[in-house]
Amino acid sequence: MANQKSKIKALEKCPTGIGGLDEITNGGLPKGRPTLICGSAGCGKTLLAMEFIVRGITEYNEPGIFMAFEENADELAVNVASLGMNVKELVRQKKMAVDYVHIERSEVEETGEYDLEGLFVRLGSMIDGIGAKRVVLDSVEALFAGLPNEAILRAELRRLFRWLKTKGVTAIITGEKGEMTLTRHGLEEYVSDCVIFLDNRVINQVATRRLRIIKYRGSQHGTNEYPTLIDETGLSVLPISALGLIYPVSNARISTGIPRLDTMFGGKGYFRGTSVFISGTAGSGKSSVAAAFADSACSREEKCLYLSFEESPEQILRNMNSIGINLSKWTKKDLLRFRSVRPTLYGLETHLVSIHKLVDDFKPRVVVVDPITNLNAIGETDEIKAMMTRLIDFLKNNQITTIFTSLTGGGAASEQSEVGISSLMDTWLLLRNIETDGERNRLLYILKSRGMAHSNQVREFILSDNGIQLRNVYVGSGMVLTGSARLVQEAKDRSMELSDSQSSQRKQLELRQQQLAIDAQIASLKAQTEAINTEMKLIADNNRRKEAMIIQQKKEMSRLRNPD
Amino acid sequence: MAKKIKNSSSIEKELTKKAKQSAKQKYVLKLYVAGINSKSSAAIRNITRICEENLKGRYDLKIFDIYQHPPLAKGEQIIAVPTLIRKLPPPLRKLIGNLANKQRVLLGLDIRSKKDE
Repeated sequence: MANQKSKIKALEKCPTGIGGLDEITNGGLPKGRPTLICGSAGCGKTLLAMEFIVRGITEYNEPGIFMAFEENADELAVNVASLGMNVKELVRQKKMAVDYVHIERSEVEETGEYDLEGLFVRLGSMIDGIGAKRVVLDSVEALFAGLPNEAILRAELRRLFRWLKTKGVTAIITGEKGEMTLTRHGLEEYVSDCVIFLDNRVINQVATRRLRIIKYRGSQHGTNEYPTLIDETGLSVLPISALGLIYPVSNARISTGIPRLDTMFGGKGYFRGTSVFISGTAGSGKSSVAAAFADSACSREEKCLYLSFEESPEQILRNMNSIGINLSKWTKKDLLRFRSVRPTLYGLETHLVSIHKLVDDFKPRVVVVDPITNLNAIGETDEIKAMMTRLIDFLKNNQITTIFTSLTGGGAASEQSEVGISSLMDTWLLLRNIETDGERNRLLYILKSRGMAHSNQVREFILSDNGIQLRNVYVGSGMVLTGSARLVQEAKDRSMELSDSQSSQRKQLELRQQQLAIDAQIASLKAQTEAINTEMKLIADNNRRKEAMIIQQKKEMSRLRNPD
Repeated sequence: MAKKIKNSSSIEKELTKKAKQSAKQKYVLKLYVAGINSKSSAAIRNITRICEENLKGRYDLKIFDIYQHPPLAKGEQIIAVPTLIRKLPPPLRKLIGNLANKQRVLLGLDIRSKKDE
């Protein structure tokens, strides 16, 4: 393949300089050939064409000609001035020429055969005059309204496009979308090298601009519909669908901003460049966890982009202040930027495009999207999922760690994300409110965290003046208790322990006394036996003495009675 | 035709008077062509004949080659060639094509042909 490429000269491209368009066309429009830009009214054809010329001059130093059939030079200059293009200055520098072709059908009478040599001469003299490399005809279809005899016109247009090729200029021809055809007068028949279709579609009252390359001879190109955006810098096309699963991965870990939560992630926090999903019911503290993360990122001097679909920046700052997270100091240092817009402001695609632009401009390391569930208002679940996939791919490619919060509805299962994107997420924190004994308490646990050891324990989650704290829940006696129930149970346990120890002390004392009593008894018994012993000895002594005395007496007696 | 006018009302008399005046009106015509080709020469031939036949002595016809003077094409908003522009009398009229359709040329230039008079 590589060999072939080097042998056969590939189609040369003419870069447009329009953000994203050169990427999906693999380098730009076909050089030296005409390209047809078609679309309905107000889809940005003229703007794209003008940008092609202006950027050609400012970025590639290729002079260009803008031949307008619908607006005159002054009107054109004014229209694009708001997009930062100074047409008059470029004309003065002889880098650009603008020609307004005006045909009034009522003034024109056809009297026989004619050709469009006048147009050729005008174009030719301008091309030669400033050495133009780029030409725009906007929109050549006006000729059909201004001149009679369509057969001649068609033949002449065919000749015109061939002539433009021989002139070696890269041309853009614009055309209004027709009923059944791409252009009202079938220009696509003549301009067949490259056809780009612009669209401005309204779905659910939200308009989204899209661009699609219908054909591009001799070149690979992106085939999808790409969202486009017109803002103060002009048109931009986003080749987001082209991203794949080839992003770099990092082993670096970053703090969650909540020390106890870091501990739950093996003491280190999230992986850098991953997507973190926080889901929970209303008021369960999702935004607070996200804000804590933003705060810790800023304190590491990392830029953070906070995309809010619900609250204004001031409101977020105030609310987070109330739990001891001071974000305003980071906004002052421009480490933290907010973008608060209602989802309904524009379509999903446009949101995506504007997020892209913001990220490209600000280059944050951390992004918070709070909450993604509000996008439900402007798209179907499938569309949101597609958008989120693209957003996550884009952010991961840029090694940006992202927190998405998601509101779980009242009746919905908590372990289910509203927009069905949990499988895209690397880490999933679940926040829950549980109601017991007349109070609601917050619980936090890690539902999943890819590629790291993480705690399987439920933690009680407390929002205090000093920030977010995580506490162990009461897990004794086969129960899980939180909040004041936990405190009550803990107190109960303590008092139980206390009374237990008291009673055992008493018992001990009692036994000791018993012991002492027994000891005393033993001593008295011992004394008794001794007394008995003594007595027995005395008795024995007496007996011996008595016997001795009796023997003595007997001897005495016998002595006396037996004197002989 | 002439009989009719004699018997007409005062409004018609007025119109006839105006028409006679316009018949004396001087014509300033410019013909733009692109080089010498069959269309250009046909146009030149046709317009010269029409002028000679209908506007003898009161027309000013100039022929321009836009190849020689490209800026003219832009200034006069020339797209199609040949283009004949009637500068005078007002209003401005543009006739495109090789001027082969004589009826249309006369109509476009607002000239009453001799036969009509």
